[in-house]
Amino acid sequence: MDFNDTPQEAAFRKEVRAWLDANAPTELKEPLESSGFGNTNVGDADIMEVSKAWQKKKADAGWACLQWPKEYGGRGATPIERVIWSQEEGVYAALSSVFLIGQGMCGPTMMAYASEEHKRHYLPKLASGEEIWCQLFSEPAGGSDLAGLRTKAEKDGDDWVINGQKIWTSGAHFSDYGILITRTDPTVPKHKGLTMFFLSMKSPGIEIRPIKQVNGQSGFNEVYFTDVRIPDHQRLGDVGEGWKVSLTTLMNERLSIGAGMPTGFPEMFELARSFETVDGPAIKDKALRSRLADWHVKTNGLKYSAARSISALSRGETPGPEASIGKLVAGTTMQDIAQAALDLQGLSGALTDPDHADAAARFQAMLLRSPATRVEGGTDEILRNIIAERVLGLPGDMRADKDVPFNEIPTGKAN
Amino acid sequence: MNFEFSEDQKLLKDQVRRFLDDKCASKDVRTVLDGAATYNESVWNGLKDMGLMGTAIPEEYGGSGAGYLELCVIAEELGRAVAPVPFSSSIYLAAETLLVAGTEEQKQAHLPKLAAGDKIATLAISEHSGRLDPSTLSLKASDGTLKGSKSPVVDGSIADLAIVVARTGPSPRDVSLYLVDLRQDAISRKTLDSIDPTRDLAEIAFNEASGELIGEPNRGWDVIEKVFDRGAVLFAFEQLGGAQKALESAVDYAKERYAFGRPIGSFQAVKHMLADMYVSAELARSNCYYGAWALSTDAPELAEAAATARVAATKAYQHCSKNNIQTHGGMGFTWEFDCHLHYRRSNLLALVIGSRSQWEDQLIDRLEARNAA
Ligand SMILES: Cc1cc2nc3c(=O)[nH]c(=O)nc-3n(C[C@H](O)[C@H](O)[C@H](O)COP(=O)(O)OP(=O)(O)OC[C@H]3O[C@@H](n4cnc5c(N)ncnc54)[C@H](O)[C@@H]3O)c2cc1C
Repeated sequence: MDFNDTPQEAAFRKEVRAWLDANAPTELKEPLESSGFGNTNVGDADIMEVSKAWQKKKADAGWACLQWPKEYGGRGATPIERVIWSQEEGVYAALSSVFLIGQGMCGPTMMAYASEEHKRHYLPKLASGEEIWCQLFSEPAGGSDLAGLRTKAEKDGDDWVINGQKIWTSGAHFSDYGILITRTDPTVPKHKGLTMFFLSMKSPGIEIRPIKQVNGQSGFNEVYFTDVRIPDHQRLGDVGEGWKVSLTTLMNERLSIGAGMPTGFPEMFELARSFETVDGPAIKDKALRSRLADWHVKTNGLKYSAARSISALSRGETPGPEASIGKLVAGTTMQDIAQAALDLQGLSGALTDPDHADAAARFQAMLLRSPATRVEGGTDEILRNIIAERVLGLPGDMRADKDVPFNEIPTGKAN
Repeated sequence: MNFEFSEDQKLLKDQVRRFLDDKCASKDVRTVLDGAATYNESVWNGLKDMGLMGTAIPEEYGGSGAGYLELCVIAEELGRAVAPVPFSSSIYLAAETLLVAGTEEQKQAHLPKLAAGDKIATLAISEHSGRLDPSTLSLKASDGTLKGSKSPVVDGSIADLAIVVARTGPSPRDVSLYLVDLRQDAISRKTLDSIDPTRDLAEIAFNEASGELIGEPNRGWDVIEKVFDRGAVLFAFEQLGGAQKALESAVDYAKERYAFGRPIGSFQAVKHMLADMYVSAELARSNCYYGAWALSTDAPELAEAAATARVAATKAYQHCSKNNIQTHGGMGFTWEFDCHLHYRRSNLLALVIGSRSQWEDQLIDRLEARNAA
């Protein structure tokens, strides 16, 4: 048991370090390090501009989307090399957040289902950050129950005509392309009548409306489709096979592993050490110590669960189910930590101005962003179902919609 | 990076599991639960025959010198089987104390017998209710003579030898360690009833008993702290093994037991409870592996890693064992089903070498020390 690189891994790490030392945008290091949770700080610079510049620089030198084949803009690297890259990229990885959905989910889906011509055309620009992609899956009537979606696609000559609405689409407002899942047959059970496409977000008939989030930002949008036309060659997978295609996307969503998900523990520990209460330093408080111990155990557990996954990758194996617990543990831990940090601060804990609040208001940002972690990309409840069913082998839930044609499934008032 | 046990270590684990499945099944644990015996001798003899007690004891002292990673995988299996044997007292605690503080002569004299499993030793510290702390200890030693009593001592009725923490000076940490032969007239012992009758707890009275000093006088607590760090990792593996087994038993039952015309494992309240048990066991496993790495390399991180593993595994075992009963419903509360074996053991292990809240406190101390450095 050791944490050492193999000789090949060490050589690769050295190469990565050398390149980063010579090329990383060091002028952004300081603001990036002081970023609040869910909020990338690049000082006075324009976030999109610096993100695109860094991505392009990486791509030109062969450090973008490392695990993709070279002909699609990647490096043909092994999974472990990708992990080493992300460990070394460190704080600059925050500059990749606008590309994450496109490169992490849309890219692999295109790789698996698009034509060779499309792959060679679209993937290199997705890798280099010149074009940004979004994921048009969730709808008002289909989130956890994604297969309950209603956006219609109807064949008209060589085109498909799309009508309907997507919601919670992150980055739709700055995206160039998107992958879109639609219903092509409402008369068969819901999982069977779906079809996947990709399309330009500039297509006539698309209207994008930003949604204001709990934390005041507008990262996600409503996207309306009115008679939007998509040529049939932009279909991904067969007609009616959209569910299968979407599983490729969602699997990639849950496969991203690295240093373990952040929980906010190091920040909280630092606050507890430095914060003076009327009874002395907060960290001497017994009740708080017990909670700190719990959060440490979770954070460290995630860190070394990631190490176990990386070891599996290093041996050329697929990581086991331990990779699935990260978001589930990190989301609630972060929310607990944020509440405890505000509790220490008393009424001042309510303040969100970085000049007035402790720790540059990062715990307030955490409080207001952490609920989203527990929802996006599979809610806590859905993740528990996945662990119970796929890892522990327990039976599926009872379902009222099984084998019922989609257009006969009961719906509620909130749909 | 290779944050996994090796193929050889996995083979050892399988071998120990096969032995325990065969010779330390529920009925064998129950001979101690229901009977007069304080431990299962045939299980002990089987472990002895496999040479497992000497796993982390160097060859020059009669062990196999295989190492701590090997001892960790054995501990996990012993925990899984709720083994009713004094392995932890004799090996994780007493043998380790000798390794840490014994003179060459003392090691030569005692370790080979512990390594062979021919003698059983334990560590005697507690005297009162409350936290384990040297300031609370009053059993006195002077000129190699011990007077006072220890209670409870784990495996106290079974052990041939005890390493006793005795007061030898006025300031709170002035305690020293003595190796005491428990088979002398000046010793009387009484077996005590406990929440886990599959393990032995006893009161030992020392009426001018003779003992042999181990380590420097008045520095006994330094040794105990070192031994506890090592022991914490090993106990954590026992707890992990138990947590894993309790989880598996709950999952199996949830698939077979039907209510309202469907398996209870299809009700989300049950499913999600089981998913949470899995998460806590998985976090404990990763923390235990980190502890194993620190123990086997004697890393500077050991104190922190040991406390982390100990807290994580204590929680996981308590969490999994109580919800295993819950999953079994009324059956879970019967003497006949095995759920209570894990419930008992998890709550006993949570108290040995310092209880959970004490370890939580220590963990934070250690994180503070690291951050101050
Ligand atoms: C910040 C953010 C960004 C997002 N970005 C995108 C994006 O880019 N593209 C995209 O397509 N989507 C995106 N989403 C949508 C996200 O995937 C969905 O919100 C999520 O899957 C939950 O769906 P829902 O909102 O419809 O909630 P619902 O499914 O209505 O869930 C409501 C509650 O019911 C529970 N529930 C539902 N079904 C079950 C069940 N079977 N068992 C137990 N409990 C259940 C849920 O756990 C939840 O607590 C984003 C969401 C957020 C918050």
